[in-house]
This record gives sequence, structure tokens and C-alpha cells, in this order.
Amino acid sequence: MKKKVVSALLCVSMVAASLVGCGDKTADTTTESATETTEETTEATEETAEEAAPAGDATAGQVYWLNFKPEADEALQQIAEEYTTETGVPVKVVTAASGTYESTLTAEMDKSQAPTLFVVGNQAAVKTWQDYCLDLKGTDIYNELTTDDFTLYNADGKACSIGYCYESFGIITNKKLLEQAGHSVDEITNFETLKAVAEDIHARADELGFDAFTSSGMDDSSSWRFSGHLANMPLYYEAKADNWTECPAEIKGTYMDLFKNIWDLYINNSSVDKTTLATGGYDAEAEFKDGKAVFFQNGTWEYGALSEAWADEDLAMIPIYCGAEGEENAGLCSGTENCWAVNANASADDQAATIAFMKWLVTSESGTKMMAEQFGEIPYKGAAENGNVFFQDAARLIDEGKYTVEWTFSYTPNVNDWRAGVVAAMNQYDAGGSWDDVVTAFTAGWAAQYKAANE
Amino acid sequence: MTRPIIFEKIGRAIYMKKMKNSNSAVNSTMITRPIARCFPIFLLPTVAAFFIGFVYPFIKGMYLSLCSFTTTSDAKFVGFSNYIKAAQDATFVHAFWYTALYAVVSLIFINVIAFFLAFLLTQGIKGTSIYRTVFFMPNLIGGIVLGYIWSMIFDGILSRYGTNILMETRYGFWGLIILMCWQQIGYMMIIYIAGLQAIPEDMIEAARIDGATRMQTLFHVTLPNVMSSITICMFLSLTNGFKLFDQNLALTGGQPFKWAEDGTVVKTTEMLALNIYNTFYGQSSSARGVAQAKAVVFFILVAVISLVQLSATKSKEVQQ
Repeated sequence: MKKKVVSALLCVSMVAASLVGCGDKTADTTTESATETTEETTEATEETAEEAAPAGDATAGQVYWLNFKPEADEALQQIAEEYTTETGVPVKVVTAASGTYESTLTAEMDKSQAPTLFVVGNQAAVKTWQDYCLDLKGTDIYNELTTDDFTLYNADGKACSIGYCYESFGIITNKKLLEQAGHSVDEITNFETLKAVAEDIHARADELGFDAFTSSGMDDSSSWRFSGHLANMPLYYEAKADNWTECPAEIKGTYMDLFKNIWDLYINNSSVDKTTLATGGYDAEAEFKDGKAVFFQNGTWEYGALSEAWADEDLAMIPIYCGAEGEENAGLCSGTENCWAVNANASADDQAATIAFMKWLVTSESGTKMMAEQFGEIPYKGAAENGNVFFQDAARLIDEGKYTVEWTFSYTPNVNDWRAGVVAAMNQYDAGGSWDDVVTAFTAGWAAQYKAANE
Repeated sequence: MTRPIIFEKIGRAIYMKKMKNSNSAVNSTMITRPIARCFPIFLLPTVAAFFIGFVYPFIKGMYLSLCSFTTTSDAKFVGFSNYIKAAQDATFVHAFWYTALYAVVSLIFINVIAFFLAFLLTQGIKGTSIYRTVFFMPNLIGGIVLGYIWSMIFDGILSRYGTNILMETRYGFWGLIILMCWQQIGYMMIIYIAGLQAIPEDMIEAARIDGATRMQTLFHVTLPNVMSSITICMFLSLTNGFKLFDQNLALTGGQPFKWAEDGTVVKTTEMLALNIYNTFYGQSSSARGVAQAKAVVFFILVAVISLVQLSATKSKEVQQ
């Protein structure tokens, strides 16, 4: 009898426990179906009215921005607060840790309070997230754009994400130190001249007290500068020669010699032993700030940090010269991976609130000011004047009629895996391995990732 | 004034019961039954946590392995195609054999050294408890931190020879073995010490009187008596070896890579768990279902291997 009671109670408690689990799930599904219905109705209105702007009430919704750039977090929190005091609409900004955006987004999208505003920065991300992107064409924010160059469309022509800023990268140069070494930026016009200057400085590093290049660390905090940004050089010239219009299934690696040229220059003309680059632990930004090196390959976003240590007139950004034909006419590498997407599964109110917030960021005085400071140039009609010298350099080069090196790397299939392969091969090369492995990682790696991504 | 009356009632009830059964008061069913009746209240939190934290995710994970999905709440059923892709994935097969080799080697090293240390530290050497504490301490440090610390240590040494741990598969392999030995030996040692201390002194004494050598005592008296500790330690180090993730990620992250003829990248020091993680996040969303299928295969492998190991060592245990 006693045993029967015990087992009966045990059953009851088990069922109770599983009901807790089920209860959770039912709640989940109800919210899901609820959002689905709203989504469907929104879609329906879109189709009938030919207007993508969600019909929700912007003041009733709320904004949740899953931010992509850790360095902008502080300013975004401030601006979110400011917007909330001004309009009463709650804005939550969460920043994913460096290199974890994809996993953070995956986790956050599963929550009932999913991000309403997130970043879909390249074609691969469009492929992954297209079902979660609201078609932005025709929305208030879309109409503020000055160019469609940074808008990412999926195969069906849906405007999945729009650029909220564009950026440039190149070789950041300390003009003051360069002059101390007896050179000037004007004499650097192509790879040969860059090489001559860098090798001269490196040879006299002990006497000068600084070296040519900052460390080229290959750990996760820094390797993207090379496997992503520097690798753009051979990709760009190949794309230009072969007229890419979409991600090719295979690449030839025609311009890998250029990549080798510039990489050799970086690693052989720095105070850091190249065999130690693989495991890194270096801080190139700090080296540049401390005046330990003249050249530092990075982007316009570094301006904020570097201007703390150096005056505007000491800083310049020059194109990455790597030995390409006619590169005397090259400008900086400009493009963007910062593209806003609005969550298609969010409620209509939240979507409206999000779009209103985006519009405020690119039209209001404090919004545009923050955008200019944190993100640089923004492709919107109401953009504020920008004090960032690196952007001024980019603009000056464009005015001089130099060609912009586009961000061809945004075609990269399975970008994380492909870059990891390139980094591993470059590490082998630094330690005395063969450059052929880097070429294999580049070309065979591309083909394999393309196959994996398009299965 | 209700309380005293209740106490009085209970007291009387206990008294009556005592008179009737002449049991001791504390064991009286009059006291234990009300408490026993409430057991679901005490059980519920654990059972609920077990369901929410284990059973539900486990079943959902099984289901997701048959789906194509980007986020887990929004999955499309596709059948067994994920399993077929997982089986065809050369990197997964490589990761399996690499992990198996690693698990076996680490199992041997960790257990032999841990047993040896435990044996030494039960011989009554001075400062035994300090040694035990010191050996146990590495176990308190998290895997990621350990991975980075040891990569610095290894690189500090290897840089003298112009290389580093990311350059060769064998460096990564042995590096990980050293790291895990350092971390796990102390823990296993504690279990072995408990086992060794549980051996009745008279058994050892009897063996000595019978003229057994130290070696004979070790192999014929001590070892059979600590078989239960050996079972648990082997189980722990085998499953730890298979499930290893943090240390693998932080120490080498799979480097160095090799390119197969068809361009497939084989991350030569990538173990199963890291392979699953990289499949899930490193590739496009079409690979997420495949990663989930790999995870289910991984679970079955670890479960089967550890069950086989358990029954194999259990059969050698003796009853004291």
C-alpha cells in the first residue's frame, strides 16, 4: 500500500515537472503563432498597399538593437538614453563581444524579446538571416539614403539590410615620426616607395627609437586585419579583372603575389619576431599610440582611440600599396559591413518604433553627430560634418580621382571558416613554411567553403 | 494557545504509539508519515530542473537533428539528410579518431600518475595534506583560462626553437595531454586516496605476515580493492577526454590545418566537440542541422563507449 502511494506520488510529481516544461513550450508556441499572425497581416498590408512601412504605432513599440561594434557601445548606450528621454520609447542596446556576433544573434533571435534591430553585413549573413529581415524598401529610413550601394538584397530582391555607415581602411601613418625619420607621406606613392621607406626605418630602428610597422598579431583579436582586410587586396584585383557580380564558386588567386609582397613587408619590418605572431598577445593599437611604429594597418574607426594620443595633423591614412599595376591611382578601401536589418518577426509596433529610431539617428542633430563620431561617414541625406581625418583622407583621394578599392571580401563564402584557414596557413608561412599553403588556403579553401555554403 | 494543545496531541500520539509498538519515538510512523507524504515538494525542484535543463533540451536536440533551421524555435523537418552529410564529412571523421586517440592516451597518463601520487601520499609522508591540496588546486581553474596560460608556457619554450604550438599537430596533441594531466591528476588522486584509505589495514598486514613482497601486495591486495575507484576514475577521464572543448579551443583552436585534395580543410587538432561547434557557427545556417546531427552521434558514441568501459571494469571489482 505504502509503496503504491509512493509510486503514485512519484508519477504525479514527474507529470507536474513535465507539465512545467510543456507549459514553457506552449507559452512559446503561442507567442510564436501570435507573431506569425502579425507578420502575416503586416505582409498582407504590404502587398496590398505596396508600402513596406509597418502599420504599427511607433510610440507604443520598443527598440532592441543588437550592436555589432564593441567600441561603439558606450556612445550607443548614451544615445539610447537620450532618445528615450526625448520620445519615451524604450531603447535597449546590447553589444555582442568581439567575434561572437553570429552566435549571440542566434541565441537572441530565439528569445521572446528578440532584437528588433540587428546587423546583416554581407551576402553570407543575408543567406542565413533573410527570413528574419523586414523588406526595408520604401520605408522612412530607406528614403533617407543617399545611395543604394550599401543595400544588401536577397535573391528575391528583398532589401534585407541597409548600410548605416561606411568605413575605409588603409595604412595609418604617423606623419610626425615619419618626418623624424627623414621621410614624408608624399614620397609614398606605390609599393616600391613604401617598401623603401619602411626598410630604411626598420634598418635604423634602434637609432630612431621606433620601427616601421606595428605587430601583425594573428590571434583572434587582430587576425581579421589580415585574413579579412589585407586579403581584400588580391580579391579586389581579381574581382576587377574577372568582373565578379556574385560570389564565384572558385577563385584563381591570380594576385596572390601582391598579398605576399605586402605581408612580407609587414612582418619583416617590425620590431616583433615573425614566428611569434601566430600566438599573438600583441597590441598594435597601443604600439602605435606609444609611438613605437610609424605604420599601422587599420581603419577609420581607429580615429577615436588614436586621436587621444596624436594630434590630427600627425595622422594620415594612405592606401595599401602592394605592387599592383597602376596602384599610384588607388584610394583607400571603402565599404561597409555595418548594415541594419529590422526583425520581420517583431510586432508591428516594435518595427515602427525601430524604424522611427533609425530615422532619428540619421536625421536629428544629436543622432547624426553621434553617428559621425562613432561610425564615420553615413550614407544619409542629413549626415553631419565629420572631424575624422581618416575620412577626410578618403574623401580627398576620391576628389583627386583615385579609384576606391571596394570591399570584395564581402563575397567570402562561410567567412569565418575561410578566414580561419587563411590564418592557419599564414601562421605556417611565418614560421618558415611555404607560401603555396597560403595560396591553397585561399583558392582551394574558397572552393570548399563555397560548396559547403551552397549545399 | 493552540500550539501547546497541538504539541500535547502529538506528544500523546507518540506516547500511545510507543506503548503500542515499543518503537523509539523518532522512528514513529506518526512523525515520519506526514514528512514522507510531502516528499514531492522536496523532489519537485530537482525533477523540474532535470526536465527543463536536460530532458526537454535533449529531446528537442534529437528533433532538431532531423531539421533544417537558423534559430531553434523555427525548424523545418528534413529527415535523415543531416546524418548522411555528417557521416560524409571528412573533418568529423578525423575529429573522431583524433579524439579517440587523445581520450585513450590521456586516460592512461592521468590514471597511472594519479594512482602513483595517491599511493605516495598514503604512505604517511610529512606534509601529505599540503601536497594533496597543491595537486588538487589546478582543478579549480577554468578550461579557457588554462588553455591560454598553457599556450603561453608552451610558446615560451617553443619560441626558443623558432616555432610555436600552432605549427605542428603533435605539439598540439601533447600540449593538450600535458594540460589535461596537470588539471585532472589532482582530482583523480583524491578519489584514489579515498579508495586506498578504505582498504582494511589487517588485509595488508596479513599479506605482509604471509611474506608477500611490496609488489605482490600492490597487485594482489591493493589494486583489487581499489577497483571501484579505478572504475569511476577511468569513466571520468574517458568521458572528459571525449567531451573536451574549452581547453581545445583555447590552446590550439584546431590549428594547424591541412588541405585535402578536394579543398576540404582538416583542422588537425580539432576534437569532436569543437568540430560540432565550428560546424554550427563557422558555416552558413544550412550546416546547423548537420552540426546537430553530429551532436547526437557524439552523444551516442560517448554513451556507448563509457558504458562498455563501465561494465568491463566493474566486472573486476571485488566485494570487501
